[in-house]
Amino acid sequence: MSGTLTRGERRRLATLLSPAYLWLTVAIFLPLSAMLFFSFASEMPGGDTAWQLTLDNYREVFASPTYLILLRKSLILASTVTLICLAVGFPCALVLAKSIRGRSREALFLLVILPFWSNSLVRIFSWAIVLRGNGVLELGLEAVLPFDIRLNLMFTTGAVIIGLVHSYLPYVILTSYLALQAIDDKLIDAARSMGASPLTILRRLLIPLSASGLIAGAVLVFVPIVGSFMEPRILGGRVGTYYGTVIEDQFVAVYNWPLGAALSFVLLAVVLVILGLAAPALRRGAA
Amino acid sequence: MTLRLLGILGRVWLALILVFLYAPIMVMAAMSFNASPFYQLPFEFSTRWYADLARNDQIIDASIRSILIAGATTVIATALGTAASVALFRYQFRGKQLLQALLFPPIAIPWLITGTAMLIFFFSIGIGRGTPAVIIGHVALALPYVIVTVSARMSSFDPTLEEAARALGAGSWTVLRRVTLPWILPGIIAGALFAFAVSFDQFVVSYFLSEPGDSTLPVLIYTAIRKGFTPEINAISTIIIAISMALVLIAARYSRFGGEN
Repeated sequence: MSGTLTRGERRRLATLLSPAYLWLTVAIFLPLSAMLFFSFASEMPGGDTAWQLTLDNYREVFASPTYLILLRKSLILASTVTLICLAVGFPCALVLAKSIRGRSREALFLLVILPFWSNSLVRIFSWAIVLRGNGVLELGLEAVLPFDIRLNLMFTTGAVIIGLVHSYLPYVILTSYLALQAIDDKLIDAARSMGASPLTILRRLLIPLSASGLIAGAVLVFVPIVGSFMEPRILGGRVGTYYGTVIEDQFVAVYNWPLGAALSFVLLAVVLVILGLAAPALRRGAA
Repeated sequence: MTLRLLGILGRVWLALILVFLYAPIMVMAAMSFNASPFYQLPFEFSTRWYADLARNDQIIDASIRSILIAGATTVIATALGTAASVALFRYQFRGKQLLQALLFPPIAIPWLITGTAMLIFFFSIGIGRGTPAVIIGHVALALPYVIVTVSARMSSFDPTLEEAARALGAGSWTVLRRVTLPWILPGIIAGALFAFAVSFDQFVVSYFLSEPGDSTLPVLIYTAIRKGFTPEINAISTIIIAISMALVLIAARYSRFGGEN
């Protein structure tokens, strides 16, 4: 049934498909094209002031050190959070996929990925309540520890990292779990019967075979964090200026949309490079 | 021996992660029942903040708006997404892989980029900001989730059932309505619930697209947090998280998403 559709079939195909794809075109693909265009405009087209095409916005992004420093800061933040999520999430997925059996595994797995579907803004806000000076965490630690403690975690990079790990950890656990579950238990048994230590099994068997899941999880964490602005704003306060918050400012505070568009496009380029690098692994994971 | 030890350590690790994931949410929920407006301890039970919430017109308006937007998004995204899934499953044609690949940008590109791009585009074509713009954006974000969920259910569908129905004289719409749709109904329900969750929880895109006086609930919460938050925000946040977790638990029952394959 390859390629040769009758006219009736082709009409039905178009009727079924075009509404969804027209919608995606109007809401995603045309806006992205419009933004690319406006990133080359001197003023917001359609306003009262005259505008022309220019490279000035990109010149500003690359000439002033501010934006590149912030982009680097965002990339470092994303790398840090991704590494923590992998280090914390992979063992957790391993326990779920290979050590716990039966109904309790199903329930625990659901419990782990449940927060992933709940409001991320609200979860970040909940950390603000926990971490604030004289907040629950400090009072709790004071009650347990014999000495006075001032964590002062709120409005630090540490707070931003904690909040982001909390937001994105379920992604890594989900993807690692799916990859680990696909590994045949007989392979592990065979390795064990031939005398491989747990560490060898982990290093030579489990990690290589679940690499696609790990990479998929890493990308799912890394990409949105490079563009995050809400989390650093709420938990980072004054140290929470990142590349994402600068873009936010261009659209809601400074109203320099063409510059904001150029900044967004540089970010999109970074994201596409990362997705492109990860694509072979992602495709292997999907297959 | 080492294996048993590792097994125990692993379970402890899992337990610690669950504490990490749920403790802040529990603290927030508990604080919404604390009488002190400054989150002062010791804890003193009060439903005062929920009573205040019931009188806060701004929050109520934003809640109603969020629910209506999520409802509209669910209806539109589920209808369009189901239609597309049926077509992608039933027909083989050139460009099919491209169409499937086009579902990824709405999920993979950071919302900051899609949100600001939508703002620029909607402004330049005259839609501007406001509820219609928010709905257009949310449907686009929810569509891929619906298509993926319905397609997953669809893949277990036996196409010979359609052939059998056709051989018995059913027309193509009858086949769709009486054979195909009933089979994929669990997938459609799950997709609809995910669409609702995507819209109801969406902050970034709504933030750029909603009119300042006309914001959705997450946008209102963000503005309130930045101004200095109050236990009322705790109370509404607690309600939101309870609703979205309940929705996902229901959705998980209808799809293979959370269970064993």
